[in-house]
Amino acid sequence: MTVKVTGYQWKWQYEYLGEDVAFMSELATPESVIYDTNAARNRENYLQEVSQPLVIPARTKVRFLLTAKDVIHSWWVVDLGVKKDAIPGFVTETWAYVEEPGTYRGECAELCGKGHAFMPIVVEVVEPEQYQAWIGEKKKAAAAERELANKQFTLDDLMARGEEAYNRSCGACHMANGEGIPGVFPGLKNSKVALGPVEQHLDVVVNGVSGTSMQAFGGQLSEVDLAAVITYERNAWGNNTGDLVQPIDVLKFKQGQ
Amino acid sequence: MAHGPAKGIGRWLFTTNHKDIGTLYLWFSFAMFILGGFFAMVIRAELFQPGMQLVKPEFFNQMTTMHGLVMVFGAIMPAFVGLANWLIPMQIGAPDMALPRMNNLSFWILPFAFALLASTLFMEGGAPNFGWTFYAPLSTTYAPSTVNYFIFGVHIMGASSIMGSINIIATVLNMRAPGMTLMKMPLFVWTWLITAFLLIAVMPVLAGAVTMMLMDINFGTSFFDAAGGGDPVLFQHVFWFFGHPEVYIIILPAFGVISHIIPAFSRKPLFGYSSMVYATASIAFLSFIVWAHHMFLVGMPISGELYFMYATMLIAIPTAAKVFNWVSTMFRGSLTFETPMLFAIAFVILFTIGGFTGLMLSIAPSDVQYHDSYFVVAHFHYVMVAGAVFSGTAATYFWLPKWCGRMYNETMGKLQFWIAFIGFNITFFPQHFLGLAGMPRRYADYALQFSDWNMISSIGSFIYGAAQILFLFNVIYTIKAGKPVKENSPWEGAEGLEWEVPCPAPYHTFTTPPEVK
Amino acid sequence: MSTENQYYVPEQSKLPILAAIGLGLIAWGAGGWVQGDNPAKFFAGALLLAFTLYLWFGAVIKENMQGLPNAQVKRSYVWGMGWFIFSEVMFFAAFFGALFYVRNFALPWLSEGETQSIWNGFEAEWPLMSTPEQALTDDAATMKGPEQNMSFPGWSNLLSWLPLWNTIVLITSSWTVHVAHAALKNNDRSKFNLWLGITVLLGAVFLVLQVEEYVHAYSEMGLTLESGIYGTTFFMLTGFHGAHVTMGTIMLGIQFIRGLKGHFSADDQFGFEASSWYWHFVDVVWVGLFIFVYVLG
Ligand code: HEA
Ligand code: HEA
Ligand code: HEC
Ligand code: CUA
Ligand SMILES: [Cu+2]
Repeated sequence: MTVKVTGYQWKWQYEYLGEDVAFMSELATPESVIYDTNAARNRENYLQEVSQPLVIPARTKVRFLLTAKDVIHSWWVVDLGVKKDAIPGFVTETWAYVEEPGTYRGECAELCGKGHAFMPIVVEVVEPEQYQAWIGEKKKAAAAERELANKQFTLDDLMARGEEAYNRSCGACHMANGEGIPGVFPGLKNSKVALGPVEQHLDVVVNGVSGTSMQAFGGQLSEVDLAAVITYERNAWGNNTGDLVQPIDVLKFKQGQ
Repeated sequence: MAHGPAKGIGRWLFTTNHKDIGTLYLWFSFAMFILGGFFAMVIRAELFQPGMQLVKPEFFNQMTTMHGLVMVFGAIMPAFVGLANWLIPMQIGAPDMALPRMNNLSFWILPFAFALLASTLFMEGGAPNFGWTFYAPLSTTYAPSTVNYFIFGVHIMGASSIMGSINIIATVLNMRAPGMTLMKMPLFVWTWLITAFLLIAVMPVLAGAVTMMLMDINFGTSFFDAAGGGDPVLFQHVFWFFGHPEVYIIILPAFGVISHIIPAFSRKPLFGYSSMVYATASIAFLSFIVWAHHMFLVGMPISGELYFMYATMLIAIPTAAKVFNWVSTMFRGSLTFETPMLFAIAFVILFTIGGFTGLMLSIAPSDVQYHDSYFVVAHFHYVMVAGAVFSGTAATYFWLPKWCGRMYNETMGKLQFWIAFIGFNITFFPQHFLGLAGMPRRYADYALQFSDWNMISSIGSFIYGAAQILFLFNVIYTIKAGKPVKENSPWEGAEGLEWEVPCPAPYHTFTTPPEVK
Repeated sequence: MSTENQYYVPEQSKLPILAAIGLGLIAWGAGGWVQGDNPAKFFAGALLLAFTLYLWFGAVIKENMQGLPNAQVKRSYVWGMGWFIFSEVMFFAAFFGALFYVRNFALPWLSEGETQSIWNGFEAEWPLMSTPEQALTDDAATMKGPEQNMSFPGWSNLLSWLPLWNTIVLITSSWTVHVAHAALKNNDRSKFNLWLGITVLLGAVFLVLQVEEYVHAYSEMGLTLESGIYGTTFFMLTGFHGAHVTMGTIMLGIQFIRGLKGHFSADDQFGFEASSWYWHFVDVVWVGLFIFVYVLG
């Protein structure tokens, strides 16, 4: 079996080739813990926990194809003896054959910007039967998520979901308070895009801004999350536009391209 | 021309005297060492415990990058150019450097280059944050806009290095006293001759690398962008074609220094002089054909990996010749252990450890685990701190009486040595374990299993830093109040033309060349 | 004062630090300029540097006429110029190396194996007329290949192929500068002036042709710095070469003026010699360019 691993600033995407299953895997340690030494010391798996681990079957040769969307990353799982650079525009290859089921933790090993230390890898190695069951579940969940795209949400729903998705996917650059990092990442508070036409906002988020670290999130987040995040950005931190972007709007925008 | 130095600040700004310029280089490099060391202290303080306490991750990256850049280009290289300026003309019996005005220019570019580099710390977007190896596209498309200052800073700093090297080559090839054939030259001169050649060969390649970056960033070219048919890995090839010879640029003059100090305190001539010369030349030659051992994980064809692995291992052979020659020089010598000798012996031991870890890294299949981990950090601090910095410290104690006519305080010197030696090993030995346990380098924060060794390493680094304060104090104390040296040489066993002129060396030496037999 | 066997060590000089300030200003100014700041600092630095170099070379020439430097000092100059040219060789080597790497490794890798899944339909060729991005997104691509390239246009168009003329002009100029040198050594001043003048002229002709080629490339061939890796390597290599020809022409031009003023003698002519070495070097680089960028392009 083959898993395609794509490095992003600062998360990994795993695609099970031929299975139609793909997801992002991001750091699950909250920022508040990182900035609190005591909390950090007491957190199990500090900086080595992710939103969704990579799951692979034991005693199976797994081929990894690596690439990156922005800068060079390097996919390293020390206990598996696997490390390979993920280079934008090229695909590199490596493989693993794991005897023992269990949890294997790794990290990004090539300097890739401010979140370099914060894009860990967790590989869950399970018995082959368990793996089959898991991948089946995954496919069902993906279908359900696609269904949601047709539902209408309330502003509160979207804001709640949006805040969560924002902190997970956008906060690393634009910061939780929406102020960004001057000179590197623009603030979204009072930003022309966040206060301007929805179309343009959709365009930036769905397609990214090429040649900058603003990624295309169209393929990373579900329609629901995209709608939520955009709604959130248009209404948080005093950006009170009152605009409500529904998943269906995102879907239409994508299809209209 | 027999007069002394000019008065006031003009002496330093307008000087054409190799000793003045050497002094300028040495003080500049020490200032940069403190600055780079300060950045290192920020790194170590942040890594003292897990969790972010002192700085933000983006600033941490700037610290790592600036630490590497300032130490390599601002501290170590100018330190050895300073030694070259002071010593080469005296050691070969020349009245000065071959091109004295250009010599002044080479130095005075540096303060401007580094002021420019350091000023980016205060600009919007911050200082370079892409590592001292500045891999594209992190350093191009994704870099803060201050990267442009970095690029032009590297350009002029490179111009300084090239001019300095041209000067050294011209001096060595053209200005030796009558009778001093090439194979009679002191080893420090030999190692610098070869180093200067390396510099002239690779600094332009670095200039090429940053120029390509400049074009990619500002003028739409696609050297490092696959979308246009380029390749990010191309950057790494160009950089390491410079970068690997660069590490020998750092270590070869250090070898030269050690080859003077060990015979002096063994009271025996250097064992195997000519093999030392050939070994130096072989190292220089090999350094051009091994660069991709830094790139074992980019997905090179397997034949390429094998070639670079074996070629790299070959370097151990001429280096072994050197180490064995130093040991043989000491063998059955009547050894004494003054401060320079202590540093020299520590150099031989610790550099060998660093060399061995280098050899481990060169094994392509195992480098999969070591690459970009703290194991690499441990390796290169063993060769660069215990190598280059220890040899620079040894050289300072050894030649300080010649420079200022006063003797340093032996007790303080020894004290510094032991603090430095112990502090150094506490700092960097544990980093091997960290790397093997899976801690990547350039990490602003780490998982809990790395806590203990990181804390120990940080404590060691503060001890090592304290030794540097002692060093500074020691040097200033010597200059101001050291015991005056009456004879030409305070060292019983030291050989060479520089020991045949008074202490301190007169402003002008060898205006008429000495006869060498 | 210096005697025959004493090496001339100049007194204190204000020139180097002025040059250093100039270079510092250039770096500082250029760093801001490329991001759209006012270029005043850059030009101030460049002016200061040029002025300082003028004074500096003036001082060296004057000392030389006073006979201060002996033969040994002049050997230092020879080593200095020689190693400087070597450093320039290495600078070009970096760009030739990049060209070599791209053609032989990067492009094939982009079009084979698993990497194909990123750049669907991309095919490696040289000159690269269609970039990987173009293979994917067609006209939406920001990195587009050129419409035409500079390669050998076939025997029937040989005579209208500008690079060939450039080659002829430069090789001839290498020969004329050699004739001038020989004339100087024979103390034949008018022949020297004539042939050196011709060399400078040929240099200028080369530059005009090169500019012509660039204008043509930009306006009619769709070939620019931004035309993917082909445009990148083409303009960077020929552009740096052109900059060096400009430098060389200026250097030889100065020697020409010095010749008219009666500088140099049959056995002492280092300023001219150094410039002529530089010129030969520039010529050799061109031959490399002609082969690797044009003929084999
Ligand atoms: C002074 C600088 C210096 C020196 C001298 C060396 C010396 C060597 N280095 Fe090191 N190296 C660096 C500075 C230096 N290095 C730096 C800065 C980096 C990291 C760059 C970065 O990524 O930031 C690096 C990284 C680095 C890597 C890449 C690691 C990675 O990123 O994955 C490798 C891999 O091959 C390597 C190998 C070697 C080898 C084989 C030597 C050899 O020359 C060592 C030879 C010496 C000995 C072997 C010891 C003495 C010999 C004997 C006592 C004789 C008996 C022994 C035998 C016959 C085996 N080095
Ligand atoms: C020759 C070059 C050189 C030298 C001398 C040093 C010296 C030191 N270096 Fe290193 N270092 C590099 C070259 C060098 N380094 C390079 C090239 C890198 C890679 C950068 C990159 O990844 O891009 C690196 C990276 C590097 C790292 C890894 C950072 C990371 O990956 O994020 C660390 C971490 O511990 C470190 C520590 C130190 C320490 C503690 C010293 C000490 O030896 C410093 C001692 C000196 C002083 C402390 C200054 C003098 C004293 C004072 C100013 C008084 C105040 C002191 C106290 C508060 C005690 N260095
Ligand atoms: C890795 C860094 C990074 C991440 C993560 C990121 N962005 Fe951005 N974003 C940028 C950068 C850089 C720009 C500026 C692009 C430019 O120069 O036009 C930007 C621009 C924007 C803009 C336009 C702002 C303006 O005023 O120009 C919006 C809106 C935006 N991002 C939304 C998002 C959303 C929504 C997410 C998460 C789902 C996100 N970003 C995640 C880096 C990031
Ligand atoms: Cu991704 Cu480091
Ligand atoms: Cu190396």
